[in-house]
Amino acid sequence: MLHLLRKIMNTGTVTEGHEETAVSDRFRGELRVRAEACGECRSCVAVCPSKALSIEAGVCSVNNRACLFCGRCVEVCEREALRHTPNFRLAELQGSLATSAGEILKQRIRQTLGRSLHIRHVDAGSCNACDFEMAALNNSIYDIQQYGIDFVASPRHADLLMVTGVVTRNLTQALVMTYEAAASPKLVMAVGACAASGQTFGQTYAIRGSADALVPVDIYVPGCPPRPQALIYGLLLAVDRL
Amino acid sequence: MLNVITTDSASLLAKAIGIYDNGKCALAAMFANDERSLCGHFALYCVFMSRDSQHITVLKALVAEQGQFPSLTPDIPAAAWYEREIHDLFGLTAVGHPDLRPLVNHENWPNHLHPMRKDFCMQEAAEADGDFPLPKVKGEGIFEVPVGPIHAGIIEPGHFRFSQAGENIINLEAKLFFTHRGIEKSVEGRTFEDAFYNVERVCGACTVSHAISYSQAVETLTGAKVPRRAQYLRVLAAELERLYNHIGDIGNLCAGLGFAPGTSHGARIKEQLMRLNESVAGNRFLRGMVIPGGVRMDITREMAFEVAATVARVQQDFNEVMGLLNKNDAFLDRVDTTGIVPLQAALDLSVVGVAARASGVNADMRRDYPYAAYGELDFKVPVCTSGDVAARLWVRVDEVAQSVRLIKQILSEMPEGLLQVALAAAKPFDSALGYSESPRGGNLHWVMAGENNTIYRLFIRSASYPNWPAVALAAPGNIIPDFPLINKSFELCYACLDR
Repeated sequence: MLHLLRKIMNTGTVTEGHEETAVSDRFRGELRVRAEACGECRSCVAVCPSKALSIEAGVCSVNNRACLFCGRCVEVCEREALRHTPNFRLAELQGSLATSAGEILKQRIRQTLGRSLHIRHVDAGSCNACDFEMAALNNSIYDIQQYGIDFVASPRHADLLMVTGVVTRNLTQALVMTYEAAASPKLVMAVGACAASGQTFGQTYAIRGSADALVPVDIYVPGCPPRPQALIYGLLLAVDRL
Repeated sequence: MLNVITTDSASLLAKAIGIYDNGKCALAAMFANDERSLCGHFALYCVFMSRDSQHITVLKALVAEQGQFPSLTPDIPAAAWYEREIHDLFGLTAVGHPDLRPLVNHENWPNHLHPMRKDFCMQEAAEADGDFPLPKVKGEGIFEVPVGPIHAGIIEPGHFRFSQAGENIINLEAKLFFTHRGIEKSVEGRTFEDAFYNVERVCGACTVSHAISYSQAVETLTGAKVPRRAQYLRVLAAELERLYNHIGDIGNLCAGLGFAPGTSHGARIKEQLMRLNESVAGNRFLRGMVIPGGVRMDITREMAFEVAATVARVQQDFNEVMGLLNKNDAFLDRVDTTGIVPLQAALDLSVVGVAARASGVNADMRRDYPYAAYGELDFKVPVCTSGDVAARLWVRVDEVAQSVRLIKQILSEMPEGLLQVALAAAKPFDSALGYSESPRGGNLHWVMAGENNTIYRLFIRSASYPNWPAVALAAPGNIIPDFPLINKSFELCYACLDR
């Protein structure tokens, strides 16, 4: 017992606040395009594994939700028009939360939930990277509980569902039943490129698509996988804490 | 040394038993390929790897259109799940298989459709409402406990059907393949380089291992000679992957029995390693580092210094945490003698990796079939014989020390040179095997090239594939509250199996 206590004392406090945004130099965050440099050769479009890039009317745009942050487009562009930035705060509100009618919903959420949030994780067919990053939210560094946010075992106790993975055929029923079992008001967050866009592996016989093909999604958090800080950003955005 | 023997389905069983030689050559993988457009037949491939020499034998059998072949399972138990998958995805029947239930296709899949056939049309795959039988144990007082696919914690999906007599587990049936995404089909027809990004995302925790195995197969097909510096950097990535997985898995194992200090410290140390991964590769799972032909990025002197310092600090910290575990009687009481996989079962099922070494099987691909730079490096392979949860824990603890040792060698002996080479043209319909030792065990990728450096067929046999049946075997005889602990002591990836 004393050994346990000694180790705890020696370790000290390791918890970080959510404003901590330092990333390593090599981190591949949000893509930025230098429009004036783009020659419309479309090499980037051809090389993108998840079809996240498109060039229309001379403008190269990136679908963050489908982006795998692999860096291939950056390498292939001969004019260096594309680069990854350190920005990982890419969560987007959608549907009811994003409109002006959403203000009323947000107030209701704040009243009902009192700014705390219980989350049920639903793996709808992921590779487990997003799931491990979600599990990391419970560690002593990110300590999601400091915000009054926690994971629960039953969808009945959940305010928010965090969905990972392209929805597979074999998990369709589980996803839909979990959504239906959660009581209103409820929110759904699509975590990672697979849940947010469904485009990671293209279309196959076993894949249904993105999470929003089956359940209404309120927040999208891009990444492959999104870092834990990006998940916290998305969560705080969803409960209007930012 | 790789040897290919071709035969017909009538002689398959006899030849397979001959090569298997009572377990001297493990059945490492078995899969089918639709080669009707090439030679008019389906082909079956059985990959045998010798346990005491560097010898791989690929036994290829041609199967006629009506698609039957003699089942290997009664003589080679490791074939059981492979033959079920072949039946589901190709419609070929292993005659004499003791348990030919569906494996990959769940109730929603129409029975008569086999998606890995080349003439399969996706539009036909409507919803079905079939059966997915899970055998029950009958008897007075026996009841079933169903768990999953959505589990209480943050974990991948799988369904477990326990047959219980009170707290005692009489039988455990696992229904997996929930995260089956059809990745092997999605890469067919894509170039080697394009398909790579799908392969890197089969599994998060085994990213580097999949990347290395696949790249090695492609490099064999294209005759590419990966530069020595790139091989060293691949080993660095692979050992960083092993480190964060082992330490995270040990933390999760503590969660399986409610030992919160172990879980908390394990997660804390793992976080330091994930951040180190990001500073080396730009991604916390080391995605983007390995590429067919070599590696995409170099490490600077500052990075090498940071890696060495972090890994040394982690080793010290980790040793202190392990000291907490092995002094704790309540902890030891839970892990000793729980979830035993006997040596003979481990051999019969071709169990690999940590689970095999914990049951007394002295095997590690890095030493037995050296790849990348492992042939030039010095490391030990720890083996335990008790086959219980404790053994799988202590093997990991020793492997952490070996990974630290390997990383030190890599950093101090890193040769100069190029990072990657271009890929030449592969000969259409040539095939090659790539392999690496993932944190869970051997990970094999078999690639057959199509025209113009595209993929005709990819088969992935991750470490989780042969090990999942061992989990089902380890549970009976224990009490059901020990199941999370047993499951976490294997810490297999569902995504690696399901693809």
